[in-house]
Amino acid sequence: MSDLRELYQQVIMDHNKRPRNFREIDHANHLAHGNNPLCGDKLVVYVKLDGEVIEDVSFKGSGCAISMASASLMTEALKGKTIDEAQAIYDQVHKSMTGEETDRNLLGKLEVLSGVKEFPARVKCATLSWHTVHAAIDSDHDISISTE
Amino acid sequence: MSNLNINTIRADFPILHQEINGFPLVYLDNAATSQKPRQVIEAVSHYYLHDNANIHRGVHKLSQRATDLYEAARAKVRQFVNANSDKEIIFTRGATEAINLVAQSFVRPMLQPDDEILISHLEHHANIVPWQILCEQTGAKLKVIPMTQSGELDLTDFDAMLTERTRILAVGQVSNALGTINPVKSMIARARAKNIPVLIDGAQAVPHMTVDVQDLDCDFYVFSGHKMFAPTGIGALYGREDLLNAMPPYQGGGDMILSVSFEKTIYNELPAKFEAGTPNISGVIGLGAAIDYMWQIGIDNIAAQEHHLLDIATRKIEALPGVRIIGTAAEKAAVISFMIEGVHPHDVGTIFDQQGVAIRTGHHCAQPVMEFYDIPATARASFAFYNSEEEVDALINAIQKTQELFA
Ligand SMILES: Cc1ncc(COP(=O)(O)O)c(C=O)c1O
Repeated sequence: MSDLRELYQQVIMDHNKRPRNFREIDHANHLAHGNNPLCGDKLVVYVKLDGEVIEDVSFKGSGCAISMASASLMTEALKGKTIDEAQAIYDQVHKSMTGEETDRNLLGKLEVLSGVKEFPARVKCATLSWHTVHAAIDSDHDISISTE
Repeated sequence: MSNLNINTIRADFPILHQEINGFPLVYLDNAATSQKPRQVIEAVSHYYLHDNANIHRGVHKLSQRATDLYEAARAKVRQFVNANSDKEIIFTRGATEAINLVAQSFVRPMLQPDDEILISHLEHHANIVPWQILCEQTGAKLKVIPMTQSGELDLTDFDAMLTERTRILAVGQVSNALGTINPVKSMIARARAKNIPVLIDGAQAVPHMTVDVQDLDCDFYVFSGHKMFAPTGIGALYGREDLLNAMPPYQGGGDMILSVSFEKTIYNELPAKFEAGTPNISGVIGLGAAIDYMWQIGIDNIAAQEHHLLDIATRKIEALPGVRIIGTAAEKAAVISFMIEGVHPHDVGTIFDQQGVAIRTGHHCAQPVMEFYDIPATARASFAFYNSEEEVDALINAIQKTQELFA
C-alpha cells in the first residue's frame, strides 16, 4: 500500500476535491478538448495568451482523481509563465512520470505527480491535461486530442 | 449453496495461486475473460507436443489425428448448445467475428435502404458496430430497444418495433456491463412469429447457464471461448443449416472450396464453407476441453455457486454506505457494476489492484449503457464458480479501504 500513498498523496487528494481554476475563461483565445477513452476522462483546457505569456489558464471536465489533480496543478504551475517556460515545465513533468532525472527547481510541487510512474496504467491519466494544454497553445483553433 | 468443493476446483486453476502486490490474487474480472483450468492448458499443450499438423489436408497420421481432434471438438460444441447437426457449428475467432459474419453474409445481401436492424440499448459494442457498418453500407436503419433504470430491457413497445422492414433482431442474452439476463426466449418467439430472424449474442451466457438453441429457437447464436475457460482467439457461430447453406461465404481461401479454377470456384459444404484458411486448431481443441471440463463440474453446479456468490456479494455491498450498484435487474448473472461515492472507478481499480483484487473499470465496451446512467464508467466485479466466499470478503474489504483512502 506504500506506493498507493505515494500516488494518492495529500496534495493530489486536495486538488481532486477542490480543483483550482476549475472554470471557463470568457475570452480564452486558445482551447482544446482532451479525452482519455480508456477511463472516460474528459476535459477542456482554456488558455488566454497575451503575446508569449499565459495570462490565464483553466479547465473543466470530469475524470479520475489523478487526472483532475494533475489538471488543477497544471493550471497553477503555468499561470503567468511564458510559452518557453511552460514548455520547460511540461518537459520536466514528462520526465518525472517516466522516471527520468528531473530538475527539482523547475518541477517544484508538481513532483507529487511522479507517483504514477509505479502505475503504468495511470500515466495517461496524469498526462492528459498536459497534452491538452500543449495542444491548446500550439493551435489557434479548437482542437481535440486523445491519449489513445 | 452448491455441491462444489471450492478447494478442489481452485486446484484446477494454477493461475489463481499467486500473490499480487503482496496479497493473494482475487480474480473478479471473469466477464472480461475467464481463467483456464489445467485440463484445458494440458489439452492444448498435448496437441502441440504430440499431434500438431494441419487439418483436412494430409494423409499422414498426425494430420488425421489433428483433424479428428478438431472435428471431435465441433461435435462437443454442437452438443453444448444442442444444435441439430455439426454442420451448424462454424468456428470463428470469437463472438465479434461471428456477428460480423452474420451481418455481412446473411443480412447484407437482403438489405434495402430504410430496412431496419433491431438491437438493444444493453448491447456490447461487438453487437452494435457491425450493424452500424452494415447500415452505412446499405442505407438501412439501426433501431434500439430501450432500457429501464434497473438495467432491464423495456419491452413495452417491442412488438411495434418488429416491423415488416426489420431484417434481423440481434440481442445479447446476458449484459456484460450489468449482468442483466434478458428474456430472449419470448423475444425470439415474438420476432419469429413475424418471420424476423434472430441472432443471440451469448458471449456472457455460455459460461453461466445451459444453452439450448433449439429450445430458444433462434437462427444464430454466437459466443467466445475465452469467457468460458477456453483459450482466446476461438469462438463459435451456431446457424440454422438452411440459412447457412443459402448464405455466401464470408471469406475466401483454402479449405472453403471444393475446386478452384480461374473460370469457376465451387465452394465447400458446411461447415467448411465458412472456415477459410488454416483455423485455430489448438484453440478449437482447447474449447472442446473446456466444454468437457464444464460438463464434468456440471453446469447446474456452476450456476448455483455463482448465484450464491452474487447473492452474498450483493447483500454485503448494499449494506455499505456510499456504494451504489448499477444494474439491479431481477434476473442477473454474477456481475456487479458499482460506484463508490466520490471515487472515480479508475481510482477504484488501481486501489483494488494494490490489494490483489482484479476487477474491471471503465465503460465495459458498452458506452450507451454508461450514457444512459450518465456516468463515465463503473467498477465491475464479475464472478466465476472458482471464486470463494473469502474473495467476496476481499472485495468488500477493498471497497472499505478505498473509502478510507478517499475519506
Ligand atoms: C456480451 C458480449 N458480446 C460480445 C463480446 C465480444 O467478445 P469477443 O471480444 O471475445 O469477440 C463480449 C466480450 O466482452 C461480450 O461481453
